[in-house]
Amino acid sequence: MTQAQLEIQLLAMATAVACSLCGVFLVLRRMSLLSDAISHTVLIGIVIAFFLTGDMTSPWLLVGATTAGVFTVLLVEGLQKTGVVREDAAIGLVFPALFSIAVLLISIYSKNVHLDMDAVLVGKIALTPLPSRRLEFWGYDFGPKSLALMIAIIIVNIGFIILFFKELKVSTFDPAFSKAIGFNPYWIHLGLVLSVSTTAVASFDAVGSILVVALMAAPAATAYLLTDKLSIMLVWSCIIGMLCAVLGYWLAHFLDASIAGSMATVAGILFGLTFFFAPERGLFSVWQRAKIRDRKFKLALLLVHLTQHEGTIRELEECNIESLHLHLRWDEYETRSVAFEAVESFCASQENKVLRLTPKGRIIALESLQIGTNLS
Amino acid sequence: MFESLSVPGLGSVVAGTALLGFLCGTLGTFAVLRKQSLMGDAISHACLPGLILAFLLFNSKESWALMLGAAISGTIAAMAILGISRFSRVKEDSALAITLSVFFGFGLMLLTWVQRRPDAAQAGLARFLFGQAATLLDRDVWLLAAIAIPCLITVFIFWKHFQLVCFDRSFAQSLGFPVFFIDVLLSLLLVMVIVAGLETVGVVLMSALLVAPAVAARQWTNKLEIMAILAGIFGAFSGIAGAILSNIGKTSIPTGPVIVLFITLIVFLSILFAPARGIVWLQFKHWRDSKVLQLDSVLSNLLNLAREHSGKQNGHSMAMLKGISSNPSGVPRSVHKLLEMGLVSEVDKGLYIPTTKGAEYLNEKTSHMGAPLK
Repeated sequence: MTQAQLEIQLLAMATAVACSLCGVFLVLRRMSLLSDAISHTVLIGIVIAFFLTGDMTSPWLLVGATTAGVFTVLLVEGLQKTGVVREDAAIGLVFPALFSIAVLLISIYSKNVHLDMDAVLVGKIALTPLPSRRLEFWGYDFGPKSLALMIAIIIVNIGFIILFFKELKVSTFDPAFSKAIGFNPYWIHLGLVLSVSTTAVASFDAVGSILVVALMAAPAATAYLLTDKLSIMLVWSCIIGMLCAVLGYWLAHFLDASIAGSMATVAGILFGLTFFFAPERGLFSVWQRAKIRDRKFKLALLLVHLTQHEGTIRELEECNIESLHLHLRWDEYETRSVAFEAVESFCASQENKVLRLTPKGRIIALESLQIGTNLS
Repeated sequence: MFESLSVPGLGSVVAGTALLGFLCGTLGTFAVLRKQSLMGDAISHACLPGLILAFLLFNSKESWALMLGAAISGTIAAMAILGISRFSRVKEDSALAITLSVFFGFGLMLLTWVQRRPDAAQAGLARFLFGQAATLLDRDVWLLAAIAIPCLITVFIFWKHFQLVCFDRSFAQSLGFPVFFIDVLLSLLLVMVIVAGLETVGVVLMSALLVAPAVAARQWTNKLEIMAILAGIFGAFSGIAGAILSNIGKTSIPTGPVIVLFITLIVFLSILFAPARGIVWLQFKHWRDSKVLQLDSVLSNLLNLAREHSGKQNGHSMAMLKGISSNPSGVPRSVHKLLEMGLVSEVDKGLYIPTTKGAEYLNEKTSHMGAPLK
């Protein structure tokens, strides 16, 4: 691994961590789509700042872009507050309009200027190690500029989360309670919006606008499926983000394809795997739990059926293994296997194809009936 | 204006964008009412990988091949969004954001991979993003119509179902309607429309065309059928206007953004000025109501005072009324107005008393509140 490769991976990891940290709160507060809106509208901030300064490398571009991001959110909220437009529609109105203005401005006024749309969308992470993009002080090389910027953003984000952890937590999970104890959640909301905008703008340079959305939403949502605790979710989200960065880099390396695109792909794959196979909340284990519950319920139902007909005239017919499925109205094959399980677990015994309750089975059946009467 | 219309091919561009605008407006109505405005945004981004895979597979840039690929990946994305929010605790907004960005990222990866193969012509990313309405040909318009007509017929056939699912999901469920199936059907229609329009207006503008006309139309009516038709008209109108406006100048202005700005302008005007739901209208109504309320409260204060302090001809001064009013600065104006209406009379200099007409007026106003004022 060369130093250039190492630097690209470090930058990718730093970007992923910065985005994942914000992403956790976006996902929990159902604000994920604001990141989509922000990452589109930073373009207009960049364009306007560029027209004012005439310099593509000016730090004012970052300021302009961040302002545009915050402005977008305020505009969306303002529209919502009129009561005329719902949040989703407000987002869908604001960002295409601002984005269109930016595109028109570019196409009308900056024909000869290099404001590359592809770079905006895809990012320029592969250019990180170039000599013109390095941070140098007193003749020493401190690595790529964008890496330094990203690390600064991470520090600010972590600082924000640590300082306001309690406030973030309470305003995220119970905004009404937060208001009741005299703490206005709106300030935390604004802080969060500011931090998301800054992070989006800084990351946007590296991974491009749409992949900022991937890095904010996917690792955080994946972490959400893995834990119930906010602090652990933050840690998981960062780990998954870094995993996306490293795996994405090598995928891109082998395919000779876009690094940002590969990172998003890996993020999607990791989310998909978690969605199906997460230990507790994965679809597979939920499905399995449901199956076990279903089986347990059927067993209890079978035993109850046996108690109802125990010692009656129709017992020989009702409790006959051959015809049991007709009385319970279950699938024949499934009935067999439930009956088999009853015998296996010593809840019933079989004589001449007729099921009879054992003492253990009788207790379980009576308990089930008891629960039933308690419920009603 | 007229010489611009003679630009070769402009006729088909106008026809195409108008058709697309109408289709998007109509279907967008359902998306907006079901709070799924951003579904269109997500699906249109998610079409990218399908486009590129179709290009690789058929090795052609034929519209139908690309559309087929886009439709397949758009459908998978729509199902992924519905599935994630239904089967896990991840909410719909995150499901949308993840699907949108991951599919787009995957498409980007494929695109860069394709572009480095020497034999592949570049399928332009910019074109996917912003569309190329200016290059619409007659056959593209026919293809568009071939998609639009079945979509509109489906909407017509399932009108009742869509209406029910839009406004009262649980009721629809309790009646035994296949709500999930209707959801899927609506999403599929959305995919069709998006695929049809992607080449013309591009990704970002597609989402605007699905949301904006519907929001604007919502302002003018409370009826679904009128809203759908109105949204279609708004969409078609902005399509036509965008196509013509962007072709007027000599410089080539991209058509898509012009269409979006035009429809945004319509939304802006509708939100401000539509009767009954417009902000200006609501503000005016608020202002008028508060004036009437102020008038009534001054009159009722005067009446109560007259009743409590009998003697001295029951007159009371402006200062007194100001003292008990919640909006003292408005009192003189209200008293003036009351005098004009004959509900109050001036018994002495600066002392006012309600007339019998005034008492009756107030009684009538409060009669629906139960016991009338005595």
